[in-house]
Amino acid sequence: MSRTLQAPVTVAFDYTRSVGPVLGRFFAGLRDRTLVAGRTSDGRVVLPPPEYDPVTHRQLTDADLVEVADTGTVTSWTWVPEPVKHQPFDRPFAFALVTLDGADAPLLHALDVDSPDHVVTGMRVRVRWAEERSGAITDIECFEPADDLPGGRATPLADREATTGIVTPVSLDYLYAASPEESAFYRGLNEGRILGQRCPSCGKVYVPPRSACPADGTPTAEEVELSQTGTITTFCIVNVPFLGQKITPPYVSAYVLLDGADIAILHLILGVPADQVRMGMRVKAVWKPQEEWTYSLENIDHFEPTGDPDADFDTYKHHL
Amino acid sequence: MAKQPAAVVGVGQTHHRAKREDVSMAGLCREAIDRALADANLTLDDIDAIVVGKAPDLFEGVMMPELFLAEALGAAGKPLLRVHTAGSVGGSTAIVASSLVQAGVHKRVLTVAYEKQSESNAMWALSVPLPFNMPVHAGAGGYFAPHVRSYIRRSNAPTHVGAIVAAKDRQNALKNPYAHLRNPDTTVESVLASQMLWDPIRYDETCPSSDGACALVIVDEDTAKASPNPAWIHGTVMRSEATTAAERDQVNPQASRDAAAALWAQAGITDPLTEIDAAEIYVPFSWFEPMWLESLGFAAEGEGWKLSESGATAMDGQIPVNCSGGVLSSNPIGASGMLRFGEAALQVRGAAGEHQVDGARRALGHAYGGGSQFFAMWVVGSEPPSN
Amino acid sequence: MRDVAVVGFAQRQMPEFDGSPTCVELLVPLFTECYEQTGWSRRDIGFWCSGSSDYLAGRSFSFVSAVDAIGVIPPVNESHVEMDLAWALYEAWIKIQTGEVDTALVYAFGKSSAGVLRRTLALQLEPYTMTPLWPDTVSLAGLQARAGIDAGIWDERAMAEVANRSLTDAEKNEYAVRKGGSSVEELLARPVYADPLRKHDCSPVTDGAAAIVLAADDRAREVRDRPAWIDGLAHYVDPMSMGTRDLTRAPSAARAAAAVDLDGVEIAELHAPFSHQELILRSELGLADDVRINPSGGALTSNPMFSAGGIRIGEAASRIWSGEASKAVAHATSGPALQQNLLCVLEGRN
Repeated sequence: MSRTLQAPVTVAFDYTRSVGPVLGRFFAGLRDRTLVAGRTSDGRVVLPPPEYDPVTHRQLTDADLVEVADTGTVTSWTWVPEPVKHQPFDRPFAFALVTLDGADAPLLHALDVDSPDHVVTGMRVRVRWAEERSGAITDIECFEPADDLPGGRATPLADREATTGIVTPVSLDYLYAASPEESAFYRGLNEGRILGQRCPSCGKVYVPPRSACPADGTPTAEEVELSQTGTITTFCIVNVPFLGQKITPPYVSAYVLLDGADIAILHLILGVPADQVRMGMRVKAVWKPQEEWTYSLENIDHFEPTGDPDADFDTYKHHL
Repeated sequence: MAKQPAAVVGVGQTHHRAKREDVSMAGLCREAIDRALADANLTLDDIDAIVVGKAPDLFEGVMMPELFLAEALGAAGKPLLRVHTAGSVGGSTAIVASSLVQAGVHKRVLTVAYEKQSESNAMWALSVPLPFNMPVHAGAGGYFAPHVRSYIRRSNAPTHVGAIVAAKDRQNALKNPYAHLRNPDTTVESVLASQMLWDPIRYDETCPSSDGACALVIVDEDTAKASPNPAWIHGTVMRSEATTAAERDQVNPQASRDAAAALWAQAGITDPLTEIDAAEIYVPFSWFEPMWLESLGFAAEGEGWKLSESGATAMDGQIPVNCSGGVLSSNPIGASGMLRFGEAALQVRGAAGEHQVDGARRALGHAYGGGSQFFAMWVVGSEPPSN
Repeated sequence: MRDVAVVGFAQRQMPEFDGSPTCVELLVPLFTECYEQTGWSRRDIGFWCSGSSDYLAGRSFSFVSAVDAIGVIPPVNESHVEMDLAWALYEAWIKIQTGEVDTALVYAFGKSSAGVLRRTLALQLEPYTMTPLWPDTVSLAGLQARAGIDAGIWDERAMAEVANRSLTDAEKNEYAVRKGGSSVEELLARPVYADPLRKHDCSPVTDGAAAIVLAADDRAREVRDRPAWIDGLAHYVDPMSMGTRDLTRAPSAARAAAAVDLDGVEIAELHAPFSHQELILRSELGLADDVRINPSGGALTSNPMFSAGGIRIGEAASRIWSGEASKAVAHATSGPALQQNLLCVLEGRN
């Protein structure tokens, strides 16, 4: 058995980016198969155009923008033998810095060649435009070799409305691991038990157990199986829907102080109308059917009232 | 060894909105920076070092965005630091920037904090589901609502106090041209009539989600003397504790009480209620005004709501709180703490415009974050500190 | 300025940490080691500062539970940077300079192996025109390495010499995850991976954590006979753009070198995750040929994200404590292709 429980988790969101006036011109240009560069105060023509001048710090205006050719020269390159997800190609390719004709500083993008033997610094390339363009850097599909192309130069900016935003999907895959102490807790839940651990320094019983007792930094150690009955210390009634919500509002999320524990756990209260839940209410764990158990706190479906008299405020007020 | 004196001579902020689709992240920061520099009568070339603060990188989907922003912020060729202490980050970033001057290492430091929340969804970014866990909370409101309930139970506060605070801050926001929420019709009654989201927290008792930035210019004694109205830093403090611990007081956390005690001692204040003229306190949910008033020592335990209910925290009250409209009216998370610190500075500089408290001489800036566990505070004054 | 010294250092480095991304269980023994070295308890620490990244952990506020490892009743004076340990140390050094505190413990952690590190780091790039292409760390370093090769500033042999020396020195470092030198010829005979880089030109994906203790004046002298006094500490950042930068240079490193006194440095611990980056740094720092580079094996043999820069400071300090060196410089980097650089000069005084 591995020391820790592990499971994959994906962190994904499609970010909506507003790009500002300068990159807005650049992206609008890409949509029209045009490359918009910025002339900075040091006399260089730079692509993509920086929003702020590197020397004077002032924002570039349309007067500082020019158009450059979609042909250029490779100034540096590297081979990508094992592409990662969402790179321009899912087969080996090159990343290259390409100085476009009319520009003084290179642009980073992919270069489509079959092997590193087909790239040299100084080679001539041109932009391969994407069939469908939305005003994003991916409107440039890649660069491709293009021998014997004449050079180009910077020309004035054409009149074109700037775009305002792009959408950038970001999706990252992780292997999440619970700590060894948490793993013991989740393994207990898989057996229908709620396991805590006692801190050897301060004697408090933590559930879930902790890699470090937050009071003194000592890992919790001695295992303590906790009662499945406890007291609601405090709670809120959730009326608001949100992304990823699993239960239909209204429902009660409550801190439940299990008998024998020195810290409350957060869980759902069902089996009672939300407006009848009280601080001090005695509740017990209601488990899902055993065949649905995994290594998760969700094995406990919810807590419901025991019907016993409420706990006295003084018995739990130091847990608020 | 004593700290070198330091003062705020420039304060800048953006117009805070739900979506600032007209600007990039750099543009948002520069809007605040350029205003702060103009206020300080300095340029980026005069700045020795830059300190950037913002809350989780997942909000904008950029890892350590200060790196790509470096050139646009004028940081290229300069020292650049990036602070992240959860919701208190705007405050702690200002404190780190001050310490660069107080240590005698730099003379003119620029600090900027921002959040462009419209690039993603804060509720998503704050609660990415973890394996094995159970998603019970519903965002920050779901996290803090049980503790508000605990406060109400412990203090026996009448349930309309939260609405009084919300109505006051929203009315104050009308006097702040930069504020996000601008609704002249907000009253105690309208707040009470708004939807109960996370019982006992109503919709109008919660902060908005904003795009915005705040920047400060913090300088040494010599530079400050050239300013017509420096806000002198009289004390700074940061304290942290755990999110969850056995028997942790989650209504009035020890880190908050310890921080306040250390802050008042540094600033030579014995009775904050009479000695502080204006307070900018981090109140993302209205009930946190009375809660923090107690924790900070403006009121005895269980009595904070009486100050809020009596009108003492209104602009013309004994201790005006959040004359800017506060977090309840503008909440670009990473910048919210620095806005509190900056608004406190504006008050003692006599530069708060329509929401100026007459003759404010000493003001509190306050921020907290995480599960009420990270605290950053400062006291600024119109006169140099005497100690 | 106050005299501040490095008086404690503990580290863990491994290819794959079998534990949580918060690394709390990794930090507890590190703090214990720091207390053993100093004879202190947590109550002797005036200020705490940590460095870590939410994107490495894959969740917001990944640093929050790390304070549990401190034990925070009573609460602590604490801060966090979304940066490498070396910058956490910088913030703590500043805090000590203000006179507010006399001691600090700084720490950092990261589980790089939880995701695909070279891909995760694409999120560190300019988000509008770079990240959508997902340029990985190795590719960016390859572009930089090629630029120097094309310009005739270094060659593959010089890069292999760096790798061979690092792998040889790493044999004596119990924490190094890659070790075993052979010869320059043998390394050059290995296949090219990400042309022009071979695998040994790239640091291995490394999990880990580290902690460093700082103390001022007499507090430092009470801990060690020969504290590693911080003689200079400076850091600067360059623009990110791969297009407008001269990739064969690191101006921010040169600027930091000019801000400190490197005269008489005997040892340099350079945070160079790619072999050619050590060549850039040696040049920018103007290090003489007799300066011993990376006796620990350096980041090329072990590069735990967010602590590897600080570990250079710890490694340099250890050699001051032992008397092996009287003056050393430690370097930390951050961002793509040496964008941000910090130097810390340490001195032993008799």
